[in-house]
Amino acid sequence: MRHTISVLVTNEFGVLSRIAGLFSGRGFNIESLCVAETSDELVSRMTIVTSGDDRIIEQITKQLNKLINVIKVHDLTGEEYINRELALIKVNSTAETRAEILGIVDIFRAKVVDVSPRTYTVEITGDEEKIRAITELLKPFGVKEIAKTGRIAMARSLKVK
Amino acid sequence: MKKTGAEIFLESLIKEGVDTIFGYPGGVVLPIYDALYKSPLRHILVRHEQGAVHMADGYARATGRPGVVLVTSGPGATNTVTGIATAYMDSVPVVVFTGQVPTTLIGNDAFQEADIVGITRPCTKHNFLVKDINDLTRIIKEAFYIATTGRPGPVLVDLPKDVLSAEAEFAYPEGVNIPGYQPTYKGHAGQITRAMELILTSKRPVIYAGGGVVSSNAAVELTQLARKLDIPVTTTLMGLGGFPGTDPLFMGMLGMHGTYAANMAVTNTDCLIAVGARFDDRVAGNIDEFAPYAKIIHIDIDPTSISKNVAVDIPIVGDVKSVLREFLKLPRAATGLKAFKKGVTDWHGQISEWRRTHTLTVKQDMKGRIKPQYVIERIYKITGGDAVISTEVGQNQMWTSQFFRFASPRTLLTSGGLGTMGYGFPAAIGAQVAFPDKTVIDIAGDGSIQMNIQEMATAVQEKLPVKVAILNNRFLGMVRQWQEFFYDKRYSYTCIGNRPDFVKLAEAYGAVGLRATKPSEVDGVIKKALKVKDRPVLMDFVVDAAENVYPMVPSGQPLSKMLLV
Ligand SMILES: Cc1ncc(C[n+]2csc(CCOP(=O)(O)OP(=O)(O)O)c2C)c(N)n1
Repeated sequence: MRHTISVLVTNEFGVLSRIAGLFSGRGFNIESLCVAETSDELVSRMTIVTSGDDRIIEQITKQLNKLINVIKVHDLTGEEYINRELALIKVNSTAETRAEILGIVDIFRAKVVDVSPRTYTVEITGDEEKIRAITELLKPFGVKEIAKTGRIAMARSLKVK
Repeated sequence: MKKTGAEIFLESLIKEGVDTIFGYPGGVVLPIYDALYKSPLRHILVRHEQGAVHMADGYARATGRPGVVLVTSGPGATNTVTGIATAYMDSVPVVVFTGQVPTTLIGNDAFQEADIVGITRPCTKHNFLVKDINDLTRIIKEAFYIATTGRPGPVLVDLPKDVLSAEAEFAYPEGVNIPGYQPTYKGHAGQITRAMELILTSKRPVIYAGGGVVSSNAAVELTQLARKLDIPVTTTLMGLGGFPGTDPLFMGMLGMHGTYAANMAVTNTDCLIAVGARFDDRVAGNIDEFAPYAKIIHIDIDPTSISKNVAVDIPIVGDVKSVLREFLKLPRAATGLKAFKKGVTDWHGQISEWRRTHTLTVKQDMKGRIKPQYVIERIYKITGGDAVISTEVGQNQMWTSQFFRFASPRTLLTSGGLGTMGYGFPAAIGAQVAFPDKTVIDIAGDGSIQMNIQEMATAVQEKLPVKVAILNNRFLGMVRQWQEFFYDKRYSYTCIGNRPDFVKLAEAYGAVGLRATKPSEVDGVIKKALKVKDRPVLMDFVVDAAENVYPMVPSGQPLSKMLLV
């Protein structure tokens, strides 16, 4: 099963590599990993999406906790939490298709952030499902490139800083 | 008054109570070596940096205090990696200081630059690069704190040359503040009570104790608990000495080369009490068939060790010593103690029976070749067990675990987790440095001893009376044994001949060399060696090459499937 794990770490060089090394060294997989500073500049938050059975997830959270630079580990799965990804999608556009593409962008409350004679670049924020849906709808026009952030997440309660 | 980074470094070590450094100099650590010239700290000049780490490791295992290493950058640093990985696998507190090129050159492929922090990240408990002299004392303080607390382990601190020559005021911090590091020492009271209830309702309990008992100094508590409840005990290789090997409750080691009684007991127990052990594959055999009838209680300071390999019924995270003390308070209150003891008499009978039918014995024909097991037995008898023993890896290691009865903790130094050939000799030197008056003996194979033999020069220079007993079988014996059992006796590249002449080699270094080729010579050689007090002694026991280690559970088999002699 997939799990979204939020990890607070000290904001120092080498920490990302410790986390990545832990996953590769123990054969855990990382589907996505996002990291940036929190409101406290000494602390960063990593959001890791991983998968495995209960035993593996238990090991992952324990092993993360064991790292000296890890301050707090919170497995959000099974709780109320908000998660978002951001995608930039460059799609072919012609005089005939422009209106239709803009319609889709509108429905998804996405934005066109760059225009060229033959393409639109669409920015969309949402959960994975929403991004997959818009990608599917844009595909018939010819998607030239996609760039996605991984997932970032936050518990709905105030449990996680 | 301002001091240089190098001076601050040495002052900090003194503040940490360090008395000895195992080291080897080089370009970037010259500022430290210059400061050492007039420092009260003892520096043991090794002949290879791997040796330095094993010595510090042996020093740490024998004393319980952290071992300290100082080496230069690049090759000096990379040479420490095997030693660090060895200490990491066996949870030994070692603090390794490596020189580094100046901060301005880091990342430039400078002369003798190696990213040692990157290289050792997966085999240290933690590591640091000091980029600013103002962080130096804090980092040293944290390094010792992390190495010695919680589940101990090696910590590496990388010291760039410009940091060592920069100047600052010396102020050593009082404490540490590491938000991400708060080991749990106290066990959960409810879990402890539940565990005790489970034990008291069991009929076939077994204590399975590991290295955690030794590293948390809990041998006394473990012994009290086992005796109080009359529970038979087996230990892992790392746990030997954590429970008296001479106690009637002791069944010997379990696992691949464990005793028949220990392996059968673990296979049939209904309540397995794992104390500071981690269900390693060499211990558990086929993990799915390990202790199949047992409810499992697991006490360990490291939460990641619990439910890693086997599902545990009652996990207790905490320091073994402190948790066992809580257990010891309980039985007085528990009413079932008497009934429990009565209920386990059949179990004790069964174990005695297993013991009686399968005893570990040495069959030495005094007219035949020397049996390697006989040498160990004689060392045990002649020293009266009063010695610190280290081993190399292979048959020598397993026979030592079987035939030397370790009565107290910190008397066996052996690379259990990584299985590092070449560990034993430098580890013995480290222990001898710590205890100049104790008998310290490395029980070695003729293969392993050649992996760090250069440290003989160190031992001679330091006038250390450390002993080496080579069980010289002219083979990489343990590998040969596997080839005999599992590869149709195709002895591919495991014969190492009878070179060098170890007696001459010892003499070439300025040590004493002795040899026994007949069983009748064994005692004489051992006694002669024990009399030497001012230099190392190398004993070459030319033993029967055909001997195998029994019992043996083939890799991946359940513990009950032992190959017996
Ligand atoms: C550094 C290292 N290389 C290889 C091995 C694999 N290995 C395990 S036991 C062994 C043979 C050891 O031979 P020897 O030291 O002569 O001891 P014996 O088994 O004969 O007692 C080898 C090669 C190892 N454990 N460590």
